[in-house]
Amino acid sequence: MSQRRVVVTGLGVTTPIGGDVATTWKALLAGQSGVRLLTEDWRELLPVHFAARVAVDPADQMERVEMRRLDRSEQFALIASREAWKDAGSPDEIDKERLGVVIASGIGGVITLLDQFDILKEKGARSVSPHTVPMLMPNGPAANVGLEFQAKAGVHTPVSACASGAEAIGYAYEMIKSNRADIIVAGGVEAAIHQLPMAAFAQMKALSTRNENPAAASRPYDIDRDGFVLGEGGGVLILEEYECAKARGAKIYCEIAGQGLSSDGYHIAAPDPDGAGVQRAIKFALANSGLSTKDIVHLNAHATSTPAGDVAEANALRKALGADADHVAVSATKSMTGHLLGGAGAIESVFIVKALQERLAPPTINIENLDPAVTVDVVRGTPRALPAGDIAALNDSFGFGGHNVVLAFKSL
Amino acid sequence: MVELSKGKIMALSQADVLAGIKEIVEEVAGIPAASIELNKSFTDDLEVDSLSMVEVVVACEERFGVKIPDEKVTELATVGDAVNFIVNAAA
Repeated sequence: MSQRRVVVTGLGVTTPIGGDVATTWKALLAGQSGVRLLTEDWRELLPVHFAARVAVDPADQMERVEMRRLDRSEQFALIASREAWKDAGSPDEIDKERLGVVIASGIGGVITLLDQFDILKEKGARSVSPHTVPMLMPNGPAANVGLEFQAKAGVHTPVSACASGAEAIGYAYEMIKSNRADIIVAGGVEAAIHQLPMAAFAQMKALSTRNENPAAASRPYDIDRDGFVLGEGGGVLILEEYECAKARGAKIYCEIAGQGLSSDGYHIAAPDPDGAGVQRAIKFALANSGLSTKDIVHLNAHATSTPAGDVAEANALRKALGADADHVAVSATKSMTGHLLGGAGAIESVFIVKALQERLAPPTINIENLDPAVTVDVVRGTPRALPAGDIAALNDSFGFGGHNVVLAFKSL
Repeated sequence: MVELSKGKIMALSQADVLAGIKEIVEEVAGIPAASIELNKSFTDDLEVDSLSMVEVVVACEERFGVKIPDEKVTELATVGDAVNFIVNAAA
């Protein structure tokens, strides 16, 4: 059998800067921040008073009765999946035994868990919702999307903290490569803007506390960055075997050329300052995809705006790409969307697909003074044109626990 | 509609209970109140699944101040069964 290739045929998102791909991409190119002061009273209990909530509330995108049985993360998964499926031309005629779903979440239905615990304490066990378990299980978003499209090739949920969304796309890629499926609905979601996860991240000193100016708080690579901004939402890509996509006349955005995975073996939360694991993941991704450092023109960085993480990643990029890093336009889109944890790698993969399609690298905002320790070419302020011809791009995603995932995309 | 505080027992009319169940089923399962009638089966006609049925039962208990034991729930096949059970339990 000839080598199976994996292409992208559909995109869907709901993010802090837009309720769909078109709106989000436009806001991204315009450098708009989705970070805002929280409206809940509990913000005053925390050192951090802001976050990046989705721009369009799920209530405006789905029916009330459907919503009440779904955790917010599951709502995001369905909203993004429906957009992606439609964008792929609604391939409902596909053999469902060749259709899979891989949708990740970093934390799962944490808001459901905490809300139902409140109900248990206040009103007793009889009042706990019978939907609690299907809503809080981390595989709930994937399972609900699987039911929506009657996927029967397998429904999966990789969990690797903030690398989860990228790992899901890599898993989906492998499912198609290994002939388990022809189409996969793949992505990642997160809905964790609640006082407990926020207090917990704040206790790790991971969150920015720039309460006086939330829109300027997520500032990857800036010398005064002080932590990430928690975001919510999700992204979904329809991955498809190339011949299958061609046969049904699908619009093809680009190819997923390969992936590289590694683990740090260093610390539960802190990045390895040498970025050795990141370098290995990049090298594996290039080798796996048959690309060389010369082919890479764009990279969507993990860059969350934490003091240690941004520099460790930039150092690893410089070491792994060498002199070829000079022609890689590096974008840190979390400067606008905040950090969607398990959704990050997925929405950022959508951004890469759009960047390859439109030949535009999105900007990184809020860099007033570039950290001199950052020696990669960061796209600042406004989008940058990418070259014509055959080009390729990488997506970096890393997670607490030392998980590193690098996805390689190439134009087709 | 009859307003009752939790646990307070008083006679309920069949019409009051039916009206309350219609509101609850519409809220929980999204089924239009107009299509909910005494002879309709929760599972076969109204497509209330097993998890949503638990929600309906708990909401009825709160609203009408009655206890509906788990072993009785399986006997409540139709809306009429539920109405009769609640009217009798509250009598």
